[in-house]
Amino acid sequence: MSSPTSTPGGRKRGRNTNPPTPSSEDPTSPPSQRRRGQDSSTGDLMPMPTSPATDMLSPAAPQDTSLFSSPRPSVQPNEVDMSSPLMYGTPMRGTPARQRPDLGSVRKAPQVDLHSEPPSTDGAVASEPNAGQRLVIWGTDVNVGTCKEKFQRFLQRFTDPNSTEDENAGLDLNEPLYMQKLEEISVVGDPVLNVNCRHVQSFDAELYRQLICYPQEVIPTFDMAVNELFFERFPDSILEYQIQVRPYNALKTRNMRSLNPEDIDQLITISGMVIRTSQLIPEMQEGFFQCQVCAYSTRVEVDRGRIAEPAVCRNCNNTHSLALVHNRSVFSDKQMIKVQESPEDMPAGQTPHTTVVYAHNDLVDKVQPGDRVNITGIYRAVPMRVNPRQNNVKSVYKTHIDAIHFRKTDEKRLHGLDEEAEQKLFTEDRVQTLKELAAKPDVYERLSSALAPSIYEHEDIKKGILLQLFGGTRKDFSQTGRGNFRAEVNILLCGDPGTSKSQLLQYVYNLVPRGQYTSGKGSSAVGLTAYVMKDPETRQLVLQTGALVLSDNGICCIDEFDKMSDNTRSVLHEVMEQQTLSIAKAGIICQLNARTAVLAAANPVESQWNPKKTTIENIQLPHTLLSRFDLIFLMLDPQDEAYDRRLAHHLVSLYYQSEEQMEEEFLDMAVLKDYIAYARTYISPRLSEEASQALIEAYVDMRKIGSGRGMVSAYPRQLESLIRLAEAHAKVRFSEKVESIDVEEAKRLHREALKQSATDPRTGFVDISILTTGMSATARKRKEEVAQALKKLIQAKGKTPAMKYQQLLDDLRGQSETAITKELFDEALRALADEDYLTVTGKTVRLLA
Amino acid sequence: DLCTHIHTDNPHSETFTELCLLDVLAASQNNSNSGWETKAVEFFQDQLKERDTHTLVPSLNDVPLHYLKPNSLVKFRCLIQDMFDPEFYMGVYETVDPSTKTKMLRCGKYKDVTECGVDFNSRNTVTAERQTFYCVPIPGENPWVKEISSSCLTEARVVPSTSYAPSRQKRSYEEDDDMDTQPQKQREPHAGMKIPSEHHGNGDCKRQETEAPSSQTASASHLDLNFPLPGEKGPSCLVKVYEDWDRFKLNDTLEVYGILSVSPALSALADEKDASSSLLDPAESMETAEEQRVHSPPASLVPRLHMLHAKPLPHNNPLLPSAALEDNSAFLSSTLSEMASVREEILSYFTHVLLGDALAAEYLILHLISNVYSRRDVLPLGKFTLNLSGCPTVASYTERFYQIIQQLVPSSHYLAMSLQNMNQMRLVPKKDYVANRLVSGALQLARNTSLFLDETQLEQGQLDTTGVRNVTALGNLISWQKVDYDFNYHQMEFPCNINVLIASEGRSLLPSDCQIHLQPQVAPSHLEESLSSIHMHPQASSQLNKFRIYLSMARLLDYSISDEVTKSVEDDFVDMRKDDPQSISAEDLHRMLVVARLLSLSLGQTSLSRDSWLRAKHIEMLRRSRMEQHKCVNGNEP
Repeated sequence: MSSPTSTPGGRKRGRNTNPPTPSSEDPTSPPSQRRRGQDSSTGDLMPMPTSPATDMLSPAAPQDTSLFSSPRPSVQPNEVDMSSPLMYGTPMRGTPARQRPDLGSVRKAPQVDLHSEPPSTDGAVASEPNAGQRLVIWGTDVNVGTCKEKFQRFLQRFTDPNSTEDENAGLDLNEPLYMQKLEEISVVGDPVLNVNCRHVQSFDAELYRQLICYPQEVIPTFDMAVNELFFERFPDSILEYQIQVRPYNALKTRNMRSLNPEDIDQLITISGMVIRTSQLIPEMQEGFFQCQVCAYSTRVEVDRGRIAEPAVCRNCNNTHSLALVHNRSVFSDKQMIKVQESPEDMPAGQTPHTTVVYAHNDLVDKVQPGDRVNITGIYRAVPMRVNPRQNNVKSVYKTHIDAIHFRKTDEKRLHGLDEEAEQKLFTEDRVQTLKELAAKPDVYERLSSALAPSIYEHEDIKKGILLQLFGGTRKDFSQTGRGNFRAEVNILLCGDPGTSKSQLLQYVYNLVPRGQYTSGKGSSAVGLTAYVMKDPETRQLVLQTGALVLSDNGICCIDEFDKMSDNTRSVLHEVMEQQTLSIAKAGIICQLNARTAVLAAANPVESQWNPKKTTIENIQLPHTLLSRFDLIFLMLDPQDEAYDRRLAHHLVSLYYQSEEQMEEEFLDMAVLKDYIAYARTYISPRLSEEASQALIEAYVDMRKIGSGRGMVSAYPRQLESLIRLAEAHAKVRFSEKVESIDVEEAKRLHREALKQSATDPRTGFVDISILTTGMSATARKRKEEVAQALKKLIQAKGKTPAMKYQQLLDDLRGQSETAITKELFDEALRALADEDYLTVTGKTVRLLA
Repeated sequence: DLCTHIHTDNPHSETFTELCLLDVLAASQNNSNSGWETKAVEFFQDQLKERDTHTLVPSLNDVPLHYLKPNSLVKFRCLIQDMFDPEFYMGVYETVDPSTKTKMLRCGKYKDVTECGVDFNSRNTVTAERQTFYCVPIPGENPWVKEISSSCLTEARVVPSTSYAPSRQKRSYEEDDDMDTQPQKQREPHAGMKIPSEHHGNGDCKRQETEAPSSQTASASHLDLNFPLPGEKGPSCLVKVYEDWDRFKLNDTLEVYGILSVSPALSALADEKDASSSLLDPAESMETAEEQRVHSPPASLVPRLHMLHAKPLPHNNPLLPSAALEDNSAFLSSTLSEMASVREEILSYFTHVLLGDALAAEYLILHLISNVYSRRDVLPLGKFTLNLSGCPTVASYTERFYQIIQQLVPSSHYLAMSLQNMNQMRLVPKKDYVANRLVSGALQLARNTSLFLDETQLEQGQLDTTGVRNVTALGNLISWQKVDYDFNYHQMEFPCNINVLIASEGRSLLPSDCQIHLQPQVAPSHLEESLSSIHMHPQASSQLNKFRIYLSMARLLDYSISDEVTKSVEDDFVDMRKDDPQSISAEDLHRMLVVARLLSLSLGQTSLSRDSWLRAKHIEMLRRSRMEQHKCVNGNEP
């Protein structure tokens, strides 16, 4: 059922163009509207069965420019009795309208006959002769009829073929979006319609403007419109209450810091983090009073937090006979929520701002402390209450936001990042600059040199970290049972103390949005994973997440990796391959995502790196863990004069060049950040045929190198690493395809890292088994030989049950033609002890029978 | 009514009259007062820039609050401890006289409380925005700074208040401590309530007679004023900022000039809240009691200051001219020329203090003038944390040593790293979401504060979670010159610029930029004697002042390296590496460059000369050889 105003003809004549002000719309306004205008001018209040708007007549009221642009003596349209002409004829069949405390205390929305008065001119009752008389809600330029009709048209017509929002998943994007949502409501029965303000804006800018400026009046109008439409479409639907429109994503304000007095009473969207929620507060909406004398009852609505207690009973005229009956009064749920600016939005050196948000009815308990949310609501300022006992008052207002819509931003979204986040990150200009940068042939070198410019050289390490920042493509093999494939690149830096490893880590930690920095020394397994804590207030058990979980989708920088206790390190095994964390603590058993890349730094066990030892021997980390690192770099002091000179120059210039000079030379950190974020969000390269061939070849080559000497120099894990690195390199180029140059670079980098970390110091060959089994094949062979020689030596000594340790070592040394180190000797002893041939106690070696 | 309180012989009365004009203007000219207002504030700021005018303004730091006239101009030397949320207030509002029904436009700027009879529905109301900072006196400011700055202000102290009787001596803080605070507490709310805000001036006289001039000590007991360091005193203040609040950062040190507001109505409002909260007012019932207490404390304890002008303080040494050095070339050149000679004196003084160790004294000077002058991505440049190992543990040497330093630097703090302290102290500021404020910690310090860590106090034992966190925080402070403030759900990094000096027996467990092992030239038997002579050592105050100026000055100088010296430094480095690559690493070069920089500055040279570089190399070599030597003696790995 619809009024003649919304007939297709009327619509066609209507707003194909969007006139900027309502006054200019008039010539094209539909006939019925004009008729209504005339009706009202004759003072004939005709209940229009088709339009549930309150046509109240009053002379053109001046615009209210004070803080409270919304009219004070007012009625909320959807609260009017069902018997009123408002509801008359609307096909809602007794579906009750639910109060909307989120829209504030406005009860009445009187309309004013506005002589085409532009909203900007303050109080000027201009009368343009050609413009017909129009009805607007007092204090605004909103004409209920027009507004409703526009919104209905929006609902019926708006399509968003390019939508990526997950709310729209499963909907036919070429059909009108919101009609499908209405259909959903009729099926599901949840009477809430979320409307994206950006859709409204793209459909009808004027309507959008009105929505933003006068949400208190426009949203009830939307409610009416949507209900009319809904019950016309689905007359048999039974809903708990009438559909409420919840607009979100108002582009008005993004940041709490930019809220200012002009935003008061407007629809705004801010992002932030919930820091505190209050208990549920029952708030009286309507007081029920009963006369103690004659039992006559009356209802009084709460107006701006107050109930005007009726002094006289209308029935029996007794004074002060009415008493409030609590359990017959109407209450609504309310909750106070404190929201704090998200750390990313804040300028450096300032503390975060907080804002009070009130959630009403079903929005109560929708968010928890710690949630990142986008809140759409109406910004309010309430003056401090005038105290009758006090002459002068504080001249300060209290501000809060009446929430209309919450949207959690950290919730897992089905389709990756949500639209707003993207919007925020990249303007078109920015994307353009990024793409230009990506098109440069030397973008890879540029970016890697922009990384931590204060750290000198170490080009390959920086390149490795750069690839880590970009990461591989996430693949899902869970259907074939393998689960998620790790896309994150893990890197270990080892090397002498004082080679700025920590500085690199700090830099990376500051660069990535979800970075965590921990030191192996100070962190416990609990601090890395998650722990269960009892909330002091609620006595609830709460799962607190540690660094690894917090850096999900980010990078976890672990300094002093070698100082970490074994217990702590063991949790890394799961994280670094399966990318999950299993927790079984205090009755909470769960598996959390920890898709984090690990960037670790380790110092050698001896104070200096011993080039005569393997990586494993130098840093004494379990090889099971080491093999999970894609790249292991050594940061050593290259001792050569040219390098020294460049290094000296670099350092000296660090100390006297001005800030600007430095910045000219390198890419801005912000650009780098955006570049990475953009690539991570939009680029997911796939292997090309040619690249896969190259990878296969590379892998076969790697296996071949070792096989000649009876060693395995590559395992499937290395192939996976290669793939990840190649993908990351393709991302750096903003390429959707992994090509052979990517594979080349991946190979080169991987080889460089291997050359540094997996070279067997005894033979000079690259031997991957150093990393995978902790010992090179040669070393293993050597160990066996020595053990055998030792055994022979002992046997040659005849039946001596015990020998001196030192004596035995010297004998063996004297006998052997190669040098026998003490370590080697110990290992040989251990091997023999394993065979139960002998035991070593202190300085004596005892043979076992 | 601002004007009524202006003393006629105050040179600013003119300015004030203009400020008061705001009211008149607001009344007559309907919102168009903005032009006048800027003019008035500008005029006022110009006045303050003139040479000595600012000394005429009484300072909240020195004058007890109740001696100051409400609604008068005061200044406050402070640190921004916390930033509250911006608030909306009535910039212009209309009042209705209840008897005559005449309407008046009023200006709400620079005030906390409105006039009677506000018409809330007036269409002429203009809402404006302002920001509130919670400011505390500069933490760790040493007594000599307070003394000198208050002595400059004797004049100003008398001027503002007609009722202040100069014959009466200002009580020292020590005396306050001993006082029984009981009667004080009782009187406070009473005094606040009785005197209507408009007639403060008259009320003051009477109060003066009966009341003891102590408000701070009494306050501490029932209201935590959130000072970063334990045992701090002095007023804290809610500073209302009207313009450009984005330019201020947390932990900035400022001298704020503003209008003092101590209207008892502010506290009264808070008191009555509880009584009337039965009413359903959504806006007010929500604030927790804690938040209420923190954000609107009684004005008698935490006065409000409406900022007219704020001067960022590059230093808080009252002996130095407050203007930028470039503007004061006479002072600059005279001090520069003297610097070398003062350095000699201070070096011999420190040598004496450090038991005859001249090299350690040299490094101590370098440490005291170090300053983070720039940051390259995450790397702070110019920091020079000194670890003075080998400190005698007898005769409370470290405490005495700290007392010497305290006499020389404007602000400092002594942190005994005892197990108990490490496990219990709050070093890192933490956000308290219930009261909605940043609870301060001992590491929330102003720039260039000297933090003295006494590791000799540390005994064997177990560090608990807090302890580990505190040690990590100290480590971060030293390595990166930043403190990660705890915001519960996340941490936020605040860069800082704190000179950390670690006194320890062996090598400190904390990182440091430079470690030097003390080699006392005094025989152990004479240690006690020598130590006692340090403290007794009569230093003429003029001598001390010379040292104080020297240390602050050296830190403020500019510095550069010419191309030739760059070249020779590079050559040197390459040569050293050629001989023995292990002898010098990149880190060593970093340190040598800092040492060279500080050495040049300590000599008053603003660019690195070849000589200074060689000298820096020399003392570094001496220090390293001493370290080697020490290592050999102990046989311990570092």
